[in-house]
Amino acid sequence: MSERKAILQVKGLRTSFFTDDGEIPAVDNIDFSVHEGEVLGIVGESGCGKSVTSLSIMGLVPSPPGKITGGEILFENQDLTKLSDKEMRMVRGNDVAMIFQEPMTSLNPLFSIGNQLMEAILIHRKDWSKKQAKNRAIEMLNLVGLPRADELMKDYPHQLSGGMRQRVMIAMALVCDPRVLIADEPTTALDVTIQAQILQLMKDLNERLNTAVLLITHDLGVVAETCERVVVMYAGQVVEEGPVQTIFKDPQHPYTKGLLQSVPDMRFKKQRLYSIPGNVPKPGSIRTGCRFAARCEFAFDKCLTENPDLYQTSSVHKTRCFLYKNQEVSANDRTLVES
Amino acid sequence: MTEPLLKVEGLKKYFPIRKGVLSRVSGYVKAVDDVSFFVNKGETLGIVGESGCGKSTTGRMLMRLLEPTEGKVVFDGKELTNISNDDMRKARREIQMVFQDPYASLNPRHTIEKILEEPLIVHGLGDAKSRKKKVRELLEIVGLSSYHAKRYPHQFSGGQRQRIGIARALMTNPKLIIADEPVSALDVSIQSQVLNLMQDLQKDLQLTYIFIAHDLGVVRHISDRVGVMYLGKMVEITESELLYDKPLHPYTQALLSAVPVPDPNFVRDQILIKGDIPSPSNPPSGCTFHTRCPFKMDVCTTVVPKLEEAEPGHFVACHLYGERAALINR
Ligand SMILES: Nc1ncnc2c1ncn2[C@@H]1O[C@H](COP(=O)(O)OP(=O)(O)OP(=O)(O)O)[C@@H](O)[C@H]1O
Ligand SMILES: Nc1ncnc2c1ncn2[C@@H]1O[C@H](COP(=O)(O)OP(=O)(O)O)[C@@H](O)[C@H]1O
Ligand code: SF4
Ligand code: SF4
Ligand SMILES: [Mg+2]
Ligand SMILES: [Mg+2]
Repeated sequence: MSERKAILQVKGLRTSFFTDDGEIPAVDNIDFSVHEGEVLGIVGESGCGKSVTSLSIMGLVPSPPGKITGGEILFENQDLTKLSDKEMRMVRGNDVAMIFQEPMTSLNPLFSIGNQLMEAILIHRKDWSKKQAKNRAIEMLNLVGLPRADELMKDYPHQLSGGMRQRVMIAMALVCDPRVLIADEPTTALDVTIQAQILQLMKDLNERLNTAVLLITHDLGVVAETCERVVVMYAGQVVEEGPVQTIFKDPQHPYTKGLLQSVPDMRFKKQRLYSIPGNVPKPGSIRTGCRFAARCEFAFDKCLTENPDLYQTSSVHKTRCFLYKNQEVSANDRTLVES
Repeated sequence: MTEPLLKVEGLKKYFPIRKGVLSRVSGYVKAVDDVSFFVNKGETLGIVGESGCGKSTTGRMLMRLLEPTEGKVVFDGKELTNISNDDMRKARREIQMVFQDPYASLNPRHTIEKILEEPLIVHGLGDAKSRKKKVRELLEIVGLSSYHAKRYPHQFSGGQRQRIGIARALMTNPKLIIADEPVSALDVSIQSQVLNLMQDLQKDLQLTYIFIAHDLGVVRHISDRVGVMYLGKMVEITESELLYDKPLHPYTQALLSAVPVPDPNFVRDQILIKGDIPSPSNPPSGCTFHTRCPFKMDVCTTVVPKLEEAEPGHFVACHLYGERAALINR
């Protein structure tokens, strides 16, 4: 999987919100890449910066108060942070598309499903006729497993169930064959039997269309089930990255370890759950030292004063923790991975 | 066998649907439709099911925060469903609720002390001094500090607010706690803190829990027995181990197989059930699961399956089991 080319590269991204309380660095110098055709997960607890990361990539950070203050987002070697609003509008949908947690808020209640799908197509395919757009819309509804697509075109969002609306959103995101699909908590608002259907659909589409998927979730089960690689975020930073197999079997960062031990597993009963002490920090509340130090059972002096780097601990594994600094592999290996 | 602490028989809640200028009743949402179960002293009964299946409505009827349309609730030998409102208020001392969103249920303008004291004042328990003492005691018990008493709800994180919600429920020394999605809004690392707290409190204070949730992992972890609801009905109920290791009802089987497991090597036989949950205002005839059931038989579309003991201690409402199954198989 690491032989696959990086199609989207996030490098040193910083996104802040400027509020009455000063600058809040919601995303604080993060790096990761999405490889061609893969399903990459981003996992973390609420407020760790997952949604701000995806909005930054899409050029949709609400501004003001938000602003990308540093770093670059390379899509096929073009820096998205440097594009004009107009250029960015062409990238959205065409190259990179996104679906959100609550499909109802991203569908317009006043227009029919068909109307909205066709509009999404015609923005990017200006030379297409209405007929062509309509056919494509119906084709997409069929693709995402919605029955009676013809009738559905005339329906309005409120007439659909949550699961159907999320399918429509996926169809809309995929109308122009984007290379990357960003899905921010796409199943969090859905029931578990419907979630299973949607995750299955996303996996199928990833395989059939070779669309790379960036799946954002707080659910480790969803990651294990759906993703090939995973990025773990904590307090606005990436704390660990690697193949799902490795991260679940040999997690390195104390936060990842704690998180994995905290989840109840439906297959067997643990006598007592492990729990990470303390609270999930508000972004910006910790500015010096390792962001996890206050909750970490391994913390030592240095952790309180210096912020560890993201150390490359194997050709595919990275960890932001001083305990793994001496396991860092040589720069040589690193270039092999990133090329 | 000792008497269960709580017994529920034939509980129903039909919400009228009103239409038109005259608000004539045009139908009913059958939110809870003939549910029976019991809870033993000191145990945790988990209730699971997907959104809208009637879990919260059931919980609220047990305390008569919502009047049942029909059915009987017997708590500690006393029938709650036919006592006066005054007597019910007294009974509520012994049954308390913990909610999903602790923020919405804590008055933002009151200090934690005032919030925690309130149930004691309502029930006329203790004097000012002993009430304050109890507040400080309980704050410590739920893992907060007595100096938190003077603070306001917004000064706490979600997990801390849930601890306050639990402390408030414990103020009157209840026997039964009905917890409706108490950890659903919390992050994983905070969720496990609260679950551990609830387990410790149960042991120390001999509490009985009804734990309502949609997360099947959480429910297995905390429950001794588990009931599964679908469209207002209890479709299966048994000991937790039995339910998870050998689910009998096709819906339970599908539900369990849909839960993502935090293990990338886990291979499961996923039963993907098609379609959505039908509306409780117009539930399917016969077995309400028949529109999605992979094992549907003719009888399922016409005859409502009763909750019957298919195996010792294992109750299920499905024509594949029990007397009717014996008849069909013959
Ligand atoms: N006051 C009300 N009036 C009309 N219908 C109601 C009312 N309260 C609940 N319902 C309906 O009753 C059904 C059961 O609702 P309930 O809140 O008990 O579900 P639940 O199992 O707790 O769901 P969730 O998992 O979403 O909390 C739903 O269809 C709901 O829309
Ligand atoms: N519109 C906004 N205005 C101010 N702060 C914001 C805004 N959106 C997000 N933030 C800040 O960024 C942090 C990270 O948010 P987000 O990326 O949405 O977290 P999550 O990981 O839960 O998706 C939030 O805790 C919040 O403080
Ligand atoms: S750097 Fe220190 S505090 Fe941070 S995770 Fe590692 S050991 Fe813990
Ligand atoms: S009664 Fe019939 S439809 Fe209902 S769950 Fe059993 S087999 Fe399926
Ligand atoms: Mg988010
Ligand atoms: Mg509910």
